[in-house]
Amino acid sequence: MKNSHIAIELIDVDKHFGAVHANDKVNLSVKTGTIHGIVGENGAGKSTLMSILYGFYQADSGQIKVFDQDFISTNSRQSIEAGIGMVHQHFMLVENFTVLENVILGSEGGALITESLEKARIELTRLAKEYGLEVELDVAVEELSVGMQQRVEILKGLYKGAKVLILDEPTGVLTPQESDELFRIFEALKKQGVTIILITHKLREIMSITDYVSVMRAGKMVAHRQTSETNPEELAELMIGRKVLLNIVRTEAKSGDPLLIASNLEIHNEQGIKRVSEVSFEARSGEILGIAGVTGNGQGTLLKALAGILPLSKGSIEILGETISPKKSLNPQELRNLGVAHVPEDRQRMGLISDFSASESALLGYQNDKEINQGVWLKRSLVKANCESIMEAFDVRPINPALKSSNFSGGNQQKLILAREFERNPQVLIIGQPTRGIDIGAIEFIRKRIIEMRDAGKAIILISVELEEIMSISDRIIVMCDGEITGTVDAANADEATLGMMMANALPSDKQITEAQL
Amino acid sequence: MTRDRRLAWINGLLLPLFNVLTAFLATAVVFLFIGVDPIKATKILIYGALGYDEGLGYTLYYATNFVFTGLAVAVAFHAGLFNIGGEGQAYVGGLGIALVALYINPALSAWILIPLAISGGLLFGALWAIIPAYLQAYRGSHIVITTIMFNFLASALMVYMLVHVLREVGQMSPESRNFPEVVWLPFVHDVFAGFGYNIAKSPLNLSILVALFFSLLVWFFLWHTRWGFAIRATGKSNDAAIYSGINPKKIIVVTMCISGALAGLVGVNELIGVQHRLFLNFNYGYGFGGIAVALMGRNHPVGILIAALLFGILYQGGAELDFELQNVSRDIVVVMQGLVILFCGGLEYLYRPLLIRFLAPIET
Repeated sequence: MKNSHIAIELIDVDKHFGAVHANDKVNLSVKTGTIHGIVGENGAGKSTLMSILYGFYQADSGQIKVFDQDFISTNSRQSIEAGIGMVHQHFMLVENFTVLENVILGSEGGALITESLEKARIELTRLAKEYGLEVELDVAVEELSVGMQQRVEILKGLYKGAKVLILDEPTGVLTPQESDELFRIFEALKKQGVTIILITHKLREIMSITDYVSVMRAGKMVAHRQTSETNPEELAELMIGRKVLLNIVRTEAKSGDPLLIASNLEIHNEQGIKRVSEVSFEARSGEILGIAGVTGNGQGTLLKALAGILPLSKGSIEILGETISPKKSLNPQELRNLGVAHVPEDRQRMGLISDFSASESALLGYQNDKEINQGVWLKRSLVKANCESIMEAFDVRPINPALKSSNFSGGNQQKLILAREFERNPQVLIIGQPTRGIDIGAIEFIRKRIIEMRDAGKAIILISVELEEIMSISDRIIVMCDGEITGTVDAANADEATLGMMMANALPSDKQITEAQL
Repeated sequence: MTRDRRLAWINGLLLPLFNVLTAFLATAVVFLFIGVDPIKATKILIYGALGYDEGLGYTLYYATNFVFTGLAVAVAFHAGLFNIGGEGQAYVGGLGIALVALYINPALSAWILIPLAISGGLLFGALWAIIPAYLQAYRGSHIVITTIMFNFLASALMVYMLVHVLREVGQMSPESRNFPEVVWLPFVHDVFAGFGYNIAKSPLNLSILVALFFSLLVWFFLWHTRWGFAIRATGKSNDAAIYSGINPKKIIVVTMCISGALAGLVGVNELIGVQHRLFLNFNYGYGFGGIAVALMGRNHPVGILIAALLFGILYQGGAELDFELQNVSRDIVVVMQGLVILFCGGLEYLYRPLLIRFLAPIET
């Protein structure tokens, strides 16, 4: 029996990046000729694990067997020779080369290219027939659709003799129709005995296409299941895990008037790709509105539009008496003057400037304030003094405005940003990932401060990938998936399983919680 | 001393020092190769540049030009832009100065005319930088490429202007008539003579004060105004700049204008300071030299003053070498300049790991 063979076996594979334990004694065995799904939240360690298989990283310890052979890979060539092919989330194709040229890239063989091109043409035609992977061979890759480009990637793997194909979030860039086509190809490959490892966070895909599924969480492999014997609810629970909620004492929200009303927003990101569509919500004073979702489902784009960094393509935002529309945008400075504070998702790149001193980072966005400018002169001593006082108020350590921003710990950097944004007494706060990657003490402090702002009657929009964070401090939760709102829940009635299902847009339609008292 | 402070010293002082010393060592090797005693050559160079009034005057006169172009490169650099066009901006800036000097009523007082001429240099230098800046900001054409192209355009423009527009009738060489005496900046030796001190004649003129003034201005502008803050923020992080409401496109255009304007001041020294007429290639080499000066001076006005002085010494001392030694031509300056650029620019961090390991090891 073919299926009794094990294609890939990982035994206690361990990998650290500095202090981060990316893979913690991971065990996995993938049967030959099956489709094996690996699910987990972003940062759970899936990609690291696959990169070890593909030779990008080496495991610190542990053993890997490929078709019962001990396997150590230090570069992708060795992995290819062992029969492992990888289709990355972002395609590794030379855009202006033809399909044929792309396929032989890395296995040209010999000084002259014509001969290998002809050989490849014959082989590819055979492969295409066998697996139903028809692609025009002489077209430049840049002229192909994304789905077709992905086929080229798969063909590339097969041409190089891959018996195991690893696909990293393959449907992330595909339309639903293209995804269906891809799954059809998976079936054909499986019939021919190819083993497929599918990395994804979309539970629906796992349920519809895989034979087995393994769940990763925080670097650990937490469960292995036969797909037919599990369900999305169980997987969602395994993926998110049951963490102890941080104990935040908070009173009932006294929500008042809406300060921000978003209606029918459609937003394109910096690359011009549509990331948000038909999103409507309102944020009221004295209330925290949490926006949950797996990273990359449009929350970040929404946040930037609310802060004036990205323009709207459709819809409108009414905010503190002004209206933003595709025709009339306000820049971040104008929004700040209006009373909108923004804590960006990426504190290192956007929230502060690592090379600047703390006092200069604390000035970012407020450099035109009247009180610190006298004519042309920027009063640096005052800037320093202000920085010192907000550092004291937010317990930023060390209290040294001259210290370079990059020399503060993540928690203290984040506190500095919050201090900068909160101390100007804004009316609307837009907060992205307030506690990502920082220590517990700082997390608690920051959450308390956010709730204090709520109690002071501000409208707060909180975006976080930490479901636990959203649940512990929000008053109302909306969930986004694929740029759309897939659910709106009152925080009091929310549970992780339901939210997790909404995040994966896998909620059966009859259970859809609709507009709970919006 | 904290580790931070030590790192600052390493970056700000020790690294440039080591780099320059390495460049000089390499120059010494070149000297040995062509059969010149490097110690003797060094003595001639130092004496020629600093040893007597006239030499010192020439050194400072050359340094003045490098201060202007060095500041120009540095300002652009703080916004993350590499302005290679100092050469062309200096050239066209000279045209602005000459037009004021030649065509504004010479009966006006020097107190009006000289500032006007300086403004002409600033304005034309800025204008010459604005098109590459616009193309970079709004069309994504790389500023390095466009500014280089604008250097060639500047040459062509100036040849045209000098041959067809500004050349005096009956004059063979492509140069303008002499400027009226009222716009001439006084020579330093004349100023000293006015106070009763006699020093040797040299081209050194009061432009050096203009250079010091603009160094101070650039320092104030970059570190003590909100616009300087916006420029530095944009240079360090485009994302953070956008986040804070700064428009990076505008910053690119404004910064390049300032940069071009500063380069445009070379003509103040060369034209109304020394030559008193407009002629071909008065700017030659200063624009590119400014890149090396800014690199060596770590884009800080104080560093630029020091680096400009060093380049002044190289220029003047190099001329002396040419004069004193048979098998050395003036081109040795270009070799030294090249080596300084190589070690201060290309191999900027060559000694950094070593210095850090010995002087500021990571505390565990």
